[in-house]
Amino acid sequence: MGAQLRIYRRRMRSVKATKKITRAMELISASRIVKAQQRVHASSPYSTELTNAVRAVALSSNTSHPLTSAAQDPKRAAVLVITADRGMAGAYSNAAIKEGDLLIASLKARGLQVDAFLVGRKAVNFYRFRDRPIKASWTGFSDNPTFENARAVSAALITSFLSDSATPEGVDELHIIFTRFKSMILQEPIADVLLPLGSAGASEVAGSTYEFEASAESVLNALLPRYVEARVFNAMLQSAASEHAARRRAMKSATDNADELIKSLTRLANAARQAEITQEISEIVGGADALASASAGSE
Amino acid sequence: MSDIKLTVEVVSPEKRVWSGEATSVSARTVDGDIGILPNHIPLLGVLVPGVVTVHAADGSTPDFVMAGGFISVNHNRVSILGEEIAK
Repeated sequence: MGAQLRIYRRRMRSVKATKKITRAMELISASRIVKAQQRVHASSPYSTELTNAVRAVALSSNTSHPLTSAAQDPKRAAVLVITADRGMAGAYSNAAIKEGDLLIASLKARGLQVDAFLVGRKAVNFYRFRDRPIKASWTGFSDNPTFENARAVSAALITSFLSDSATPEGVDELHIIFTRFKSMILQEPIADVLLPLGSAGASEVAGSTYEFEASAESVLNALLPRYVEARVFNAMLQSAASEHAARRRAMKSATDNADELIKSLTRLANAARQAEITQEISEIVGGADALASASAGSE
Repeated sequence: MSDIKLTVEVVSPEKRVWSGEATSVSARTVDGDIGILPNHIPLLGVLVPGVVTVHAADGSTPDFVMAGGFISVNHNRVSILGEEIAK
């Protein structure tokens, strides 16, 4: 076999092996999206009910509470960025990190100091490589987060929020960056404010005055951590679903590219094989001619 | 008995544990036991660890063991929220 043909065949073998891997990853992601989506749906009633409850208290109570009222002079803000642990998901993690950078820039423009809370190895590596300070980070569960994970992350956020913002431990605002799962083919990074609570959607529940058991303030105190946990958990689940969708898409295009590559390599290998055969024939013909003319000369 | 029913939802962070119509709900808040009947005024309460009993419209009375949580009542809609709920 000629050298050229051997090289083409070797490349085809390696592309085929890679294609098998990307195909497998595509199928795995495709099957996990469905489950991740179901988890998002399953968690949404809790999140919605809790948000409604929080809004209800925020509206009907006159007590000033960190949950409802913005700090007069905010000094520090926390930003939670949710990314993937693994790559192979196209621009998924990078899009979230970029959205985070935009938010951080706008917070800094308002004169705030920003603490970075990171979820996912991709964000951690990104920050570490650029020597950016990381306040806290969590890794190892980005594709299948549990409520326990969300609770651990929220605990750190709430501790920061309740601490005095004059110290480096405390913050006045909690922001979150996650990737909203809109559909199988559309996911977008979103920047959202966790706390303090905005007045968005306030009119929906207005009109009914609630009775509180025991007091508005104690209800708020109990609600605050649950609310943050529910929002963080929902964001993590949506991000996980988005991660699977992004990975499926990236792996699908990788598989398609491998197909293209195999096709063009097959063409090249065929041409190389044909060239080899042609050369061999002309060598044989040339050799036979030489032999014939040699023996004709000797007679 | 009135024909107005309560629409009850028992939800945990990971799933909706139970939902359906009920005639009354009893739960234990930080202030003590409360019973919710149809046309209750809007209420938001903090639950202490304990049992929430739903008297469902079909006659069954499912009990839910809660490790704390909230109860919210508004226009005959009752939501029971808990981080950990066991049937």
